[in-house]
Amino acid sequence: MELKEIQTLEGHTDRVWSLDWNPATGHSGIPLLFASCSGDKTVRVWEQNTLSSNLFTCKAVLDETHTRTVRSCAWSPSGKLLATASFDATTAIWENVGGDFECVSTLEGHENEVKCVCWNASGNLLATCSRDKSVWIWEVEQGNEVECVSVLQGHTQDVKMVKWHPTMDVLFSCSYDNTVKVWADEGESDDWQCVQTLGEPNNGHTSTVWAISFNASGDKMVTCSDDLTLKVWETANIGIQSGGQFAPWRHLCTLTGYHDRTIFSVHWSREGILASGAADDAIRLFVDNNESEVGGPLFKLLSKKEKAHGMDINCVQWSPGEKPLLASASDDGTIKVWELTS
Amino acid sequence: MASGLINPNPIIYKKKDRRPRTLSSDENDVEPIDLQEIFDILFSNSIDPEHPKSLEELGVVTEEGIEVDDQKSYVRVTFKPTMEHCSMATLIGLCIRVKLMRSLPSRYKVDIRVAPGSHATEAAVNKQLNDKERVSVVLENPTLVDIIDECLTPSYD
Repeated sequence: MELKEIQTLEGHTDRVWSLDWNPATGHSGIPLLFASCSGDKTVRVWEQNTLSSNLFTCKAVLDETHTRTVRSCAWSPSGKLLATASFDATTAIWENVGGDFECVSTLEGHENEVKCVCWNASGNLLATCSRDKSVWIWEVEQGNEVECVSVLQGHTQDVKMVKWHPTMDVLFSCSYDNTVKVWADEGESDDWQCVQTLGEPNNGHTSTVWAISFNASGDKMVTCSDDLTLKVWETANIGIQSGGQFAPWRHLCTLTGYHDRTIFSVHWSREGILASGAADDAIRLFVDNNESEVGGPLFKLLSKKEKAHGMDINCVQWSPGEKPLLASASDDGTIKVWELTS
Repeated sequence: MASGLINPNPIIYKKKDRRPRTLSSDENDVEPIDLQEIFDILFSNSIDPEHPKSLEELGVVTEEGIEVDDQKSYVRVTFKPTMEHCSMATLIGLCIRVKLMRSLPSRYKVDIRVAPGSHATEAAVNKQLNDKERVSVVLENPTLVDIIDECLTPSYD
């Protein structure tokens, strides 16, 4: 199995920091669509032309709202709203109105650069994180009214990413302080607390943690770091929905010796393939090691695409749909779309 | 920068004599980037804003502190702040990074480090200088870019 490039998308005029596939596309005959965001202060929306070439074209450029780098973008679960987080300290929510994107809400409150935004599974909660070390939880109400319901303090340095669990309202954040924190609303409503910290004492990372991704069932997660490793974590009792006892996460294994420079992005496909994007310009794919003997490595390298981009790779994301594509975003200003071929 | 010099009397080191760069006569030759080119990039400036001297004269960067591998598109600069508690360490490191970013082809990977034992908060400075998100935040701040540009004004001595 290896990655074959199907397209290079040009348009951004500065590094591309992140991208997000619209989860409501790629099935039921709806063409695949994703958004990308950049140091050029814009967001671009790209759509696949399923009628002829299967290639992607830029359908919209969202500009004149953010005044600095747009660091992160995320579609709501319904695919109708797009949230964008910027170094200008704001988060914007955009609505797709007949192919045009209108900024319907601006979330203000962070002291400085917002680094990531993420929707929960039901689309009524948003999380943001910032260089100001805090994580904010926002409630999105009817008519796109947004209200901050909780400000979470606990990280001692800038927070790089926030990620909701795929099925439960449990939030994960990772930071320049080398830790991953787990936040849950335990008692009364909107009483969000840090319920677990995954750090060096529990086999955690020894440098900045850049990203988090979950497997399809939500009982495992993978984190990537400046310490040149990927770490896989697992939990029990994921079937128990909210109200049940919190099941702590524990370190399962560390993928070490594969990466030479900072790993900025990791994404777990529904088929179980881990993709990583790193500052060494390469994309690596890992899978469950079925032949593993007791005590042997649990994951093995499936393939490595050297020089996937001309510069650092900041983000890799698998698309929704039956035969997922991989998209990668780079400091070289381009996005590449890849298919997995055998 | 006249008021409140942090280190008013730095030791000044002698500039090394170096062979002039020999340029290839064939324009189609691809010149690999070598140590000398990195010296030319780094030592053409009076990089420390406190002192109108080059990094070399201040002993902040020496030849031994530079590692370059053109095949691997890799440069590593290990620098020595002029004082152990020098508050300028992060700024000097940023100036070195910006200067190299502006001068080298984009394929290059650059690591900047404080010499071991030379700075009180060595690990913190190293982490900061090599976190590209933090560096990009600095480079979006016009005030800080002005300060860096001021540090990178060419010296003509």
